[in-house]
Amino acid sequence: MLQFLVRRLVVALLVTMTVMTLAFVLTRLSGDLAISIAGPNATQADVEAVRKAYGLDRPLVAQFFDWVTRAATGDLGESYFFKTRVSNLIAERMPVTVTLGLTGLVIALLVSLPLGILAAVRENTGFDRAVQVVALLGQAMPSFWLGLILMIVLGLQLGWLPISGTGSWQHYVMPGIVLAFSAIPALTRLTRAGMIQALGSDYIRTARAKGLSRASILLKHALRNAAIPVVAIAAVQLGFMLGGSIVIEQVFALHGVGFLAWESIGKNDFPVVQAVVLVLAVIYIALTMLADLMNAVLDPRLRG
Amino acid sequence: MSAVAVSAGPRRGWRSASTWIGAVIVGLAMVCAVFAPLLVPHDPFLQDLGKRLLPPFWMQGSSPDHLLGTDQLGRDYLSRLIWGCRISMMIGVTVTVVSAVIGIAMGVLGGFLGGKVDDAVLFAITTRLSIPVVLVALAVVGLLGSSMTLLVITLGALLWDRFAVVARSTTMQVRNLDFVAAAWCAGCSRLRILAGEVLPNIASHLVVVATLEIALAILLEAALSFLGLGVPPPLPSWGLMIAEAKDYMFFSPWVIVIPGVALFVLVLGINLLGDGLRDLFGARSA
Repeated sequence: MLQFLVRRLVVALLVTMTVMTLAFVLTRLSGDLAISIAGPNATQADVEAVRKAYGLDRPLVAQFFDWVTRAATGDLGESYFFKTRVSNLIAERMPVTVTLGLTGLVIALLVSLPLGILAAVRENTGFDRAVQVVALLGQAMPSFWLGLILMIVLGLQLGWLPISGTGSWQHYVMPGIVLAFSAIPALTRLTRAGMIQALGSDYIRTARAKGLSRASILLKHALRNAAIPVVAIAAVQLGFMLGGSIVIEQVFALHGVGFLAWESIGKNDFPVVQAVVLVLAVIYIALTMLADLMNAVLDPRLRG
Repeated sequence: MSAVAVSAGPRRGWRSASTWIGAVIVGLAMVCAVFAPLLVPHDPFLQDLGKRLLPPFWMQGSSPDHLLGTDQLGRDYLSRLIWGCRISMMIGVTVTVVSAVIGIAMGVLGGFLGGKVDDAVLFAITTRLSIPVVLVALAVVGLLGSSMTLLVITLGALLWDRFAVVARSTTMQVRNLDFVAAAWCAGCSRLRILAGEVLPNIASHLVVVATLEIALAILLEAALSFLGLGVPPPLPSWGLMIAEAKDYMFFSPWVIVIPGVALFVLVLGINLLGDGLRDLFGARSA
């Protein structure tokens, strides 16, 4: 187990370093950063001043090592636009994104667990088919568009929920629903498949033979086994949701990390862009590692 | 992002019906895409400020000349919708070709050669999955300026993971089968075995992945264009149409309903067709 853990950690570290490199290369793609930062009306002298001030006159390799060594200690540099530490900016915005992600995940689980279980129990009935259609519809739904439609219907016409902003918990309901849509198809299918497999196994037949109640068989025996992969995928889905929330944050004007990144791209604020890429990647890496560990703890065969 | 193979049950009839629906939708979209210049009733770029925001045919005050109405600049909505279909399909197909080349090459090599090469491929897949796609695509387009070519290359370079995963696992299954051993014995070269024995036998799985990727690329392009960092205006990408119409949606909801429904139906059609193909080929991956 320890060996598994160590190997997993080493891979995670290597992936993080690769992402750091990619994030650095990404922000240098446009060529001369100083010209972009100084703006279209800058003179040659301005550009030179910017180049010096931001340390962009140093060799690329030196800049790269600077970024990596500082990032390793949690120092993500300073924002060109906000003139504050990038780590503070991200820490300030992170609660909004995490709240949104968790709301989305909870809604997704609340929908897909019951749907998946019922579809499995009634395999190959009209209900099962209907659930699969719902999953297909969810997969095809453009999230930003669903957000706008909900704003029109729930926000404007019915007046149930606020349209944008972050004032209260109600503000997270609509974006949460939209974000949940992206995870519901995968989670529902996985729950259904896991439950079908569990319900067909010997220990369920034993439980039936013992005369246990239907609810007890379903929830205590079958679901517990079917839930392992679902919980693992839910962790990975949360990672995807946090990375993908950039679109939804923009639609609902939620000032989270995704919104920050979107603003910063528009302002050529490179330190923020590369830091957000890195932070989102690290969160995803941590979540997948968590999922792997959960699987390994619960299923020793996977530790090999 | 994993899906589980649907168990083939006694619902064949329903399955094949949904496949047909998918095929019809995709067929129509392809006709629109290829013949867009012939099909559009008006020039999709022609502005007529005297006829702004005309409603579509089922509403009061519509004009028989503009079946789906006009947008905020008086451009014919039906024409823009058809032209947008061309853009969506073009992006979907070209992005998938780029990502297929990258992903299949990596997956097949990793699965076939194993060892260090496979470790490297697995590492690349893991790294790729940890990168937030939308953010990186936005950043690239934002830094380099928006153009169709850049968008296709960027998305292609980001969406190869599923091709690699499926190509790798299916190659591993095929690698140890008897006909590959027979080819080795017959003295075939590595390249010949890869191209002549492995690829044809994993192709059906890859076709299924390709349909899913086209759908994904179309959705992503729409999202990026919606955020203003995808297809450059005045091209009528559906995502861009929704973004441009957003300011008017509370008064005339149809301006965002029409392109959104088109996007939804097209992606649904591609997914239905993909699911049908999966059943047909009996593929268990993707």
